[in-house]
Amino acid sequence: MTSTILKVENLTKYFDLGTKWLQPSKYVHAVENVSFELLQSETLGIVGESGSGKSTLARLILGLIEPTGGKVIYKDKDITGWQKSTLNKVSREIQMVFQDPYASLNPRIKIGDAIAEPIIAHKIIKGQSEIRSEVERLLKIVGLQPEMYERYPHEFSGGQRQRVGIARALSLRPNVLICDEAVSALDVSVQAQVLNLFNHLKKQLNLTYIFIGHDLSVVKYISNRIMVMYLGEIMEMAPSKFLFENTLHPYTQALISAIPEITTKASKKRIILEGDIPSPVNPPSGCRFSTRCFKVQDICKEKHPELKEVMPNHYVRCHFIEGSQGRGE
Amino acid sequence: MSKLIEFKNYSMGFRNEKGQINNLLDNICFSIEEGKAVGVVGESGCGKSMTSLSIMGLLPTSAVIQGGEILYKGTDLLKKSEIEMQKIRGREIAMIFQEPMTALNPVLTIGFQIGEVLKIHFPNLKEEDIKKEVIQQLELVGIPNPEARVNQYPHQFSGGMRQRVMIAMALICKPKLLIADEATTALDVTIQAQVLDLMKRLKENGSLMVVTHNLGVVAEICDKVVVMYAGRVVEQGSLEAILENPKHPYTRGLMAAIPTMVSSDKELYTIPGTVPNIEDFEKGCRFFPRCEYRLDICKDNIPPTKRLMNNHYVQCWLEFEGEEANDDFNNSQSRKSD
Repeated sequence: MTSTILKVENLTKYFDLGTKWLQPSKYVHAVENVSFELLQSETLGIVGESGSGKSTLARLILGLIEPTGGKVIYKDKDITGWQKSTLNKVSREIQMVFQDPYASLNPRIKIGDAIAEPIIAHKIIKGQSEIRSEVERLLKIVGLQPEMYERYPHEFSGGQRQRVGIARALSLRPNVLICDEAVSALDVSVQAQVLNLFNHLKKQLNLTYIFIGHDLSVVKYISNRIMVMYLGEIMEMAPSKFLFENTLHPYTQALISAIPEITTKASKKRIILEGDIPSPVNPPSGCRFSTRCFKVQDICKEKHPELKEVMPNHYVRCHFIEGSQGRGE
Repeated sequence: MSKLIEFKNYSMGFRNEKGQINNLLDNICFSIEEGKAVGVVGESGCGKSMTSLSIMGLLPTSAVIQGGEILYKGTDLLKKSEIEMQKIRGREIAMIFQEPMTALNPVLTIGFQIGEVLKIHFPNLKEEDIKKEVIQQLELVGIPNPEARVNQYPHQFSGGMRQRVMIAMALICKPKLLIADEATTALDVTIQAQVLDLMKRLKENGSLMVVTHNLGVVAEICDKVVVMYAGRVVEQGSLEAILENPKHPYTRGLMAAIPTMVSSDKELYTIPGTVPNIEDFEKGCRFFPRCEYRLDICKDNIPPTKRLMNNHYVQCWLEFEGEEANDDFNNSQSRKSD
């Protein structure tokens, strides 16, 4: 039985839009009441459209922003919110790989020094030559040559830069790696290289991943479990296999059917959702997906559905899914 | 079926700071038939966008055309003057760009920006007719409440809606050819599905050239696929031929590298390395350094284009079943400079 490494309890984040005189204050409901458990050595995929709160959730877990409510518990320790000391031992065990390999590296710092920076800041290793050999080891782990220490970011391609980003995240020897759209900016042939690298590292270093993406086929490939978010809420969460074989929530169904498949076979029946994701400032009352749902009923607009465990490990937030078969009413 | 656009041994390159010309597009040959959709696929740096900009005559100033022809209805677009091109651009051939966020002017209303196209191409149209036409067009691309929306500004539209505005703008003069350059790349999957659905319906009225790196998008709307690598067309053929029977090692690698809904959790196939820079192209086959089937001959000799069955062409030294030499593509390797 694998143990829980990270636990998120009712995590909520509202961004204040500022109060105007005589007007009620407005909030962006970015993340609302999100709870889940991350198990040791698993990869949890998070998918959803832009504006569904995926990145905010990642930032909340890392403590980069203060939550409005809720808790983040890492190995039985409460690590919620901004830590007074960023050198906190716990917080360095959770690291992040960012989306844009072009923007996340300083063009004037040699990549070796960029990787060494967190090691020096956290005082993990002391001594010039020891640090250098550690960086060279990290470069090798991510599939770059140790001689590249002296080079600058502009000498690297997008895929190589992403490897540098991964090396930098690994430099603090984290247990949990959060990958926020880490392969979205890469070309397909390079994307495959980086995805394979993630899988190798997982085995080699016994890592646990939270993998955020908008490309469902990529997330499916890499994840053991997938969480589908919409307007800051979890809509469905299940092991990858169940999510695709027994898709229960209408939003997940639409999301899966929207993926253009590389096939010449007659295309499957496509569910085309109308309109865009609503503004998170005034999320729809009742079910948040009710404005775009193709199965919408009156109850959806009035009553907010709860996240229910309809089968072991398969959670769905919908009024019309109940019991073991997932069909009710 | 008549050819609307035909690339005939078209080559272009870029002049660097030292004045030397680096060739990018080399001997491009393919055609777009009337009423058909052609997908141009490849990774970034393969010359897809330069191919579409060549049709529009919108190449950057450092670009140098090195030979060949781009025929539009039988006449060479490369020989046309800027004034002649202005009449074709927007009216006969229109283009949708990747970034709907940056392609619209933030200080002008949507209605004005769409109507401007009509005003330029049909100066005699009355103001109220233009407005009527714009509203009709917005309705056609699925923008709700178009009467009110025409007077709004780009920031009041979401990403998907802006891309629809771009499509409306491109279609208002009923062009014969629409070029969509990564038009759905920046959109969420659900919005992408909406836009693809719209583009599919456009095929009834004209031809479509879809430039993308997403093979799924191509499978969705195209009839024919052109695979580009480092400025060369390495393989082209019908959608069925390319997806079900890809021959070129690059096409095969590309398809194996993409995780799909049906792929297992085995390790993904990877093509080693990355697309080379324009200065680092090989003399022979440009895919040579990354190819796992490479032969000795590939390094220094440009591979021949071979015809397989049913207009399926491959540019490769490997031998394939049923291949025959194709002279159209090979006879004029006579670029002015290299």
